[in-house]
Amino acid sequence: MWKILRDLLRYNWEFTAGVILLAGVTIVALLSFVSPYPPLDVYVVAPDLPPSMEHWLGTTSRGQDVFWQLSVAIRNTLAFGIVVALISRVIALAVGLFAGYAGGPVDRLLMSVNDTFIVVPIFPILVLFYFVMRDQMSWGLLALVAACLGWAYDARLIRSIALSLKTREFTAQSAFSGMNAGEIVTREHLPYVMPVVFTTTMNNMNWSIGLEVTLSVLGFTDVNTPTIGGMIYWANQHAALVSGIWWWIAAPVALVIAVFVALFLLAVSMNEYIDPRSRLARMGGG
Amino acid sequence: MGPILAVEGLKAYYQMRYFGTLREVRAVDDITLEIQRDEIYGLAGESSSGKSTLIKTIARAIRPPLNVVDGAVRFDFAGQGPRDIYTLSAPELAATRWRHLSYIMQGSMNVLNPVRRIRHSFVDFAFRHMSLPMPAFLRRVEEHLGHLSLRPDVLESFPHELSGGMRQRVTIALATVCRPDFIIADEPTTALDVVVQKGVLEMIRRLQREMGSSVLFVTHDMAVHANLTDRLGIMYAGRLVEEAPTRALFRQPLHPYTAHLIRSLPRIGDDTPRHGLEGRPPNLASPPPGCRFHPRCPLAMEVCQQTTPVMQELAPGHRVACHAAAQGILP
Amino acid sequence: MTVPLLELRSVGKTYAGGGLFSRRRVAAVKQVSFTLAAETPEVFAIIGESGSGKSSLARMVLGMSTASEGQVLFRGQDLAASRGRSARLDFMRQVQPIFQNPFEAFNPLTRVDRYLYATARNLTGAKNQSEAEAAADQALQQVGLSLTELRGRFPHELSGGQLQRAAIARALIPGPSLLVADEPVSMIDASLRMTIVNLFRELRDRLQVSILYITHDLATAYTISDRIVIMRQGEVVESGDARAVLAHPQHPYSIQLKNSVLSVEGAWNDDDDALAHGTTRSTEGTRP
Ligand SMILES: Nc1ncnc2c1ncn2[C@@H]1O[C@H](COP(=O)(O)OP(=O)(O)OP(=O)(O)O)[C@@H](O)[C@H]1O
Ligand SMILES: Nc1ncnc2c1ncn2[C@@H]1O[C@H](COP(=O)(O)OP(=O)(O)OP(=O)(O)O)[C@@H](O)[C@H]1O
Ligand code: SF4
Ligand SMILES: [Mg+2]
Ligand SMILES: [Mg+2]
Repeated sequence: MWKILRDLLRYNWEFTAGVILLAGVTIVALLSFVSPYPPLDVYVVAPDLPPSMEHWLGTTSRGQDVFWQLSVAIRNTLAFGIVVALISRVIALAVGLFAGYAGGPVDRLLMSVNDTFIVVPIFPILVLFYFVMRDQMSWGLLALVAACLGWAYDARLIRSIALSLKTREFTAQSAFSGMNAGEIVTREHLPYVMPVVFTTTMNNMNWSIGLEVTLSVLGFTDVNTPTIGGMIYWANQHAALVSGIWWWIAAPVALVIAVFVALFLLAVSMNEYIDPRSRLARMGGG
Repeated sequence: MGPILAVEGLKAYYQMRYFGTLREVRAVDDITLEIQRDEIYGLAGESSSGKSTLIKTIARAIRPPLNVVDGAVRFDFAGQGPRDIYTLSAPELAATRWRHLSYIMQGSMNVLNPVRRIRHSFVDFAFRHMSLPMPAFLRRVEEHLGHLSLRPDVLESFPHELSGGMRQRVTIALATVCRPDFIIADEPTTALDVVVQKGVLEMIRRLQREMGSSVLFVTHDMAVHANLTDRLGIMYAGRLVEEAPTRALFRQPLHPYTAHLIRSLPRIGDDTPRHGLEGRPPNLASPPPGCRFHPRCPLAMEVCQQTTPVMQELAPGHRVACHAAAQGILP
Repeated sequence: MTVPLLELRSVGKTYAGGGLFSRRRVAAVKQVSFTLAAETPEVFAIIGESGSGKSSLARMVLGMSTASEGQVLFRGQDLAASRGRSARLDFMRQVQPIFQNPFEAFNPLTRVDRYLYATARNLTGAKNQSEAEAAADQALQQVGLSLTELRGRFPHELSGGQLQRAAIARALIPGPSLLVADEPVSMIDASLRMTIVNLFRELRDRLQVSILYITHDLATAYTISDRIVIMRQGEVVESGDARAVLAHPQHPYSIQLKNSVLSVEGAWNDDDDALAHGTTRSTEGTRP
């Protein structure tokens, strides 16, 4: 595992660039824990100041320091992405591995549920959800809903791997060692789908962060929790661009793009690594 | 022109570090051999004697913990002069593979990508090297599969839908369809019935004759060696212990291990009991000193426990590493 | 007459397969019947064409797939009818597989010894690690290995022969009464092959284990089996006493099979059956 990471760092510039970008973003997020200002308070500094030595990225019309606000926002946004990715990975793994291993009617049942989730339109559902829940619509609830909507495609991917693992002799060997389905799936098959889980994690985080930003910019979430989308929402509310407070918008947009690019690069480089075709290359493939 | 392959003093060890101490499995230890153009060279030996390791090292298909410690592997394709395969750059190596050198590895029926149809594997790996338009390429592939008694519709199957023997033939087809100069085959016919095996061996032999290419063929089946190979090398515990023209080797093996190997073959209609070799195979992490065969050798002498026998040519083309043989004692 | 150990009644297996466009059905096994008696353990060999359905048959006997037609009865119980995990575990205490390809038989990402411990714990009631290790070591000794050689090793660190012996050892741990061995010695050198094949015979005599021995090696089939069936394209073309059938095959395919066996003596006899060896070139002496 560490060897793989080391090789990737050494030979794969996409991976290296992705790691560096993500590290930068993570540092900004971690700085929020030493923020000099309480993140939820407004009018703690003079409003509308352009970037300066004192306020690196300027201040907002609501009297908040953009840099420190941003640092809390990106922390929440990343956390959102991670939580959604984790929950949806667990669902995707459970469904995909068991459907693939069990086959037959279990597989058909799980896959029809799965296909339903693939085709439902996610965005309208979330907006609808917001209008139903209104004030109870918290950050955590949104993460849960997004996770429940974001596992289906990857579950299908995992299932296709599990299906092919099932035909291999070692699966039968494990079965005849008296292992039950749970043990076989978690101990024999899970390691094979981990690479896929890693890449889909990156993609899924991109997807859920994008979703969160879009919903917040439009005001369909709890805008009082500072997130990247929330920051842009408030900037729009104060017509920041019109009044020339461009730094209020530019900073969160730039940072979230950095996150997208970093995750994308990581996903791409890992994809290259796990491409099953590389197995034939051992035989002398080009 | 010189030999197409010259292996000189090759040592390849599996080197593993456990808590700071180095553990070396000396699976290929000081092997020297040459393979001529237009020749089928057979390699036989005990299980885990390092045959596959030698082959991997020759094909430069090694990955840690296997390292080449010493020696050289020189290929001379098309008389361009010998070049050590370990000095080739990655693009040069890629250009060599499949066109000049193809490698069928042991257990090769499992290298096929389980989620892609067989046709895709052919397109992915052989198409680039054949400079044929796609329909002609596919026709060539189908024709080639026919030589291996496979029907064209295997191209549309997934690997798990084929029997073990069918998959094995698919990989043989994959490795031979580009008609390379040098074919390395590690146990390519183990999963085939005798009728099909005979067909496959005939195909390999015909291809080799037509192209004047060379084949390095590893199998446990001594009868296959007797029927297919021109020369035969016998490995024991990481070393080459005997090498001779196949017929001479079968007629008069000089090494006690070779003699045992030939004698242990069962035959239909012959009811005398056969037995495997007594004792356990040597541990290659700490092989016995002197001759590595001495704990199991019926002819072992004092000297065998201390001095390692060296390869000596005792008859034209017949090399053997054994103290007894050097003194004229036959097994 | 007591209940037979294993009984196949006109068993057939059909796969829906082939290409995307040709939805053909493959009849891999057709109308196969035979019986292994419970009181006289025997080595029962199945030989035949590659792709003739031998592995499909083995999978049905092991309950890994169900027969499309006919019945597979183990000790009088239809395998298709027995359900539930405890029934399955009971079955696995009595029937164990040995697979075709030792390189595939163990998960490349896990240590080989783990399978032995798992078998000991799940099927023999070994309660702790040391009991499991003792059971594993005992089984390994029977095939000429030991736990010290195997402990903590991954499959790619072992040779084909070592892996196959480890697989046989694992199958022996629960003390089964039937071993289904699908080409168990195809990857092993001639000498070790005799050791393992002799081991099969010894297991039959000493432990009263019946062995379903699928192979392409007619010579070992001749040496150790009691009865034999020869298959071609899913059907049994000839069956009977192993020695009689192999010495004097009757069916044209069996005759072809026997004549295709390569032998050391045949290599230089210049008969038309060998691989046209001496005819195209002399094999005597080294070439320039
Ligand atoms: N990756 C590895 N790490 C450590 N040891 C290894 C590794 N691969 C192989 N070995 C050891 O190297 C020795 C030679 O193995 P190799 O596979 O070359 O044997 P072989 O002659 O091809 O045997 P077989 O006929 O059974 O295939 C064996 O003792 C094996 O345990
Ligand atoms: N899962 C499957 N789906 C479709 N066809 C299959 C499947 N498994 C096997 N077959 C087909 O069934 C036939 C018999 O295969 P099987 O593996 O039983 O042969 P075998 O006798 O064991 O051959 P070998 O000696 O090469 O191992 C083959 O034609 C194969 O293509
Ligand atoms: S050198 Fe000695 S021990 Fe080794 S094979 Fe020859 S006689 Fe036997
Ligand atoms: Mg090998
Ligand atoms: Mg088979």
